[in-house]
Amino acid sequence: MADIRNNFVGIKSPNPFWLASAPPTDKAYNVERAFKAGWGGVVWKTLGEEGPPVVNVNGPRYGAIWGADRRLLGLNNIELITDRDLQTNLREMKQVKINWPDRALIASIMVPCVEESWKAILPLVEETGADGIELNFGCPHGMSERGMGSAVGQVPEYIEMVVRWCKQYTRMPVITKLTPNITDIRKPARAAHAGGTDAVSLINTINSITGVDLDNFAPMPTIDGKGSHGGYCGPAVKPIAMNMVAEIARDPETRGLPISGIGGITTWRDAAEFMALGAGNVQVCTAAMTYGFKIVQEMIAGLENWMEEKGHRSLSDVIGRATPNVTDWQYLNLNYVAKAHIDQDACIKCGRCHIACEDTSHQAITAMVDGARHFEVIEAECVGCNLCVNVCPVEGCITMQPLAVGALDERTGKPVSPNYANWTTHPNNPMAKVAAE
Amino acid sequence: MANGHLREGIAGGRLSPEQYAENFSDLHPPLDHHEALVESDRCYFCYDAPCMNACPTAIDIPLFIRQISTGNPIGSAKTIFDQNILGGMCARVCPTETLCEEACVRETAEGKPVQIGRLQRYATDVAMAENKQFYARAKATGKKVAVVGAGPAGLAAAHRLARHGHDVTVLEARPKAGGLNEYGIAAYKSVDDFAQAEVDYVTAIGGIDIQNGKALGRDFQLSELTKDYDAVFLGMGLGGVNALRADGEDADGVANAVEFIAELRQASDLSGLPVGRRVVVIGGGMTAIDAAVQSKLLGAEEVTICYRRGQEHMNASEFEQDLAAANGVSIRHWLQPKRVIAEQGKTSAIELEYTAMKGDKLAGTGETLMLAADQVFKAIGQSFIAGALNGSGGSIELEGGRIKVDADGRTSLAKVWAGGDCIFGGDDLTVSAVAQGRDAAESIHRALTSNGRA
Repeated sequence: MADIRNNFVGIKSPNPFWLASAPPTDKAYNVERAFKAGWGGVVWKTLGEEGPPVVNVNGPRYGAIWGADRRLLGLNNIELITDRDLQTNLREMKQVKINWPDRALIASIMVPCVEESWKAILPLVEETGADGIELNFGCPHGMSERGMGSAVGQVPEYIEMVVRWCKQYTRMPVITKLTPNITDIRKPARAAHAGGTDAVSLINTINSITGVDLDNFAPMPTIDGKGSHGGYCGPAVKPIAMNMVAEIARDPETRGLPISGIGGITTWRDAAEFMALGAGNVQVCTAAMTYGFKIVQEMIAGLENWMEEKGHRSLSDVIGRATPNVTDWQYLNLNYVAKAHIDQDACIKCGRCHIACEDTSHQAITAMVDGARHFEVIEAECVGCNLCVNVCPVEGCITMQPLAVGALDERTGKPVSPNYANWTTHPNNPMAKVAAE
Repeated sequence: MANGHLREGIAGGRLSPEQYAENFSDLHPPLDHHEALVESDRCYFCYDAPCMNACPTAIDIPLFIRQISTGNPIGSAKTIFDQNILGGMCARVCPTETLCEEACVRETAEGKPVQIGRLQRYATDVAMAENKQFYARAKATGKKVAVVGAGPAGLAAAHRLARHGHDVTVLEARPKAGGLNEYGIAAYKSVDDFAQAEVDYVTAIGGIDIQNGKALGRDFQLSELTKDYDAVFLGMGLGGVNALRADGEDADGVANAVEFIAELRQASDLSGLPVGRRVVVIGGGMTAIDAAVQSKLLGAEEVTICYRRGQEHMNASEFEQDLAAANGVSIRHWLQPKRVIAEQGKTSAIELEYTAMKGDKLAGTGETLMLAADQVFKAIGQSFIAGALNGSGGSIELEGGRIKVDADGRTSLAKVWAGGDCIFGGDDLTVSAVAQGRDAAESIHRALTSNGRA
């Protein structure tokens, strides 16, 4: 069986599936249940300063969007960091770590952006026996209004400064959690790197309004007639998160910096994709909040099975394997030609490929052939855009098939060139012409 | 009810009141809000949707289902009624398994079509419960149209004509409007007096005067209508029942299935409705199934459908055949009635002859079978009675024993249109009758208003 044990910046766990710092990890009761279910690690819900804890709203904290059959696709929340007393959390963390020595236990921390505050809390956390700390520079709601969370994460200089303090005042590995509410994710990652962080984790949640109550004209979740933007997570954010992970993984300035991938991971496949793009492990929240802790069993078995089938012996065989294949658009091979192909045996004749292509794309799929309902790609019109594949309700029915080198592309009337050629050298590119002169 | 089901002969009170109520409850209970949302999510919103093309009234099914899924059941109902004002009844009685649901791509993909009929019922129920009326009458045209028969074709025609501003008089032979919706459909397919509720909903548009107890040829003549009205629509259905052509078929205990079904629908107390202990139904269509299943539900001990051809030739859909089987009705094929045997004038058995195809003709094999029966229902088809029609004035051309019409529903007689079961070339479905009534009304409107312009 493939070995899925994880070593992330020296923190060992039996599998790469950690629960992210969030409501499911707010207290020992939940974390104990998570470990019983099989989770490899837990990032305890963010601790704040000693003193009166924060308070949460007493109305709805979550909003959501759904797909067909009311599958939860995206969730947002306006819950703050832990609203339990610091000492209670520390006491429980210590006991849980004693009970579960083989699991990773990470403390998420968010205190004001002053050195004294960090200096004060780090020894208290260290005393619990936690394996590491995660700096919460990500939460976009509530705490950011008080100069914490994403308010720090959006200023690279602050990130570097706080990371530096943490590296100075604790021996524990430091994971810096980044906010996606920023234009270029590489900037905060570079800052954390410069500050000496051991790793980054991302993404935290995205500023969002999930809906509007049209009877009361108030954003949802609605608290006494008003709403505030919340942090968006769940399957809907996965593509955004994966891009950001890849951006950091392939940035020359941060290359090799360990990444804990977060954002909509729901299945083993999602986890494998994040790791292939460069994540050293993954953190999960919404999937657990949707289905309960048991889902980790599918993730573990699925990952092991896939690795076994593909001959990947350990996670290091997988991590970062897709990173080199993430490139800029300008380097994509413009001589590569693929055409959609519809498997007539699998086709259920819903016609969605046709209408998508006909109304919104390239008029490259028939609806009727010889008086019969028949959907077939017209290769002379097909630009290979893949829209039909994406709207087809039957998996595998429509596939993109590359044309072999030398084969005639009926759309352009030219044979497929054996040579790689990208935009940087393309005759239509004015910059290419300038370079050639 | 102790042993009521074992009572010999044709008798009522075979079951307890609770059993009657349960047996004749809604065959397809309505979808609740949650069920409707889950089911509507399954629709793929197909392009040029096969379901829509399979619907004789061409309801925009993907659109109405999408409207349910987006929380707009009223809009959904309008989408349905735009094409089919009797969409509520069609949702209940359409053989969807051979129409829209057979064509559904999820039938192809999974063998489980979207439950279009039940979704249609959901949306139309919501609108009808609110008595939401979508159509206002156009400015009065001053034209008068007579509609003969208040069945599905006549009601659909009347509604469309009233919408266009014409004044409609509907002449109906029976005491109630609705036609086969009221008199010809198994009770468990249309509970809670839905047919009358629908008549009220349709006629609420105004300008439709239904006169009951007026039969063509008995109470009025076609020539009077063509004289007194600007146009006439004939939608009187089929008045006759085909004979068994078996010896002894006038014995006590031999009855027409359609009459039994009508009587059952009108019965206020089902325990008072007598049924045989052993019932044989002759025929292979929906009427045979309806009569057989309802006999069983009324407490008959043994019910057998005998059909002279094979299963694949039956007009009753597979769903209907399964329904019969599930209710304990046995269906026997390749048997034709030969002789009804009576004791003291009362039916006691039926002798049937096995049949087989000889070349391309059906013929008896000579071998016979005797089935004990104290009640025999004839369900071997209905026929058009042309006498009432052509007794006076100019005569209307027939084809295959029914009224011949063109694509617009025009008969050979000026000013006269026809639709529903009384015309040739139809498929004897409620939904087709609605389409024919609606389309004939449009044709009448064009004729009365110089191509639609008043």
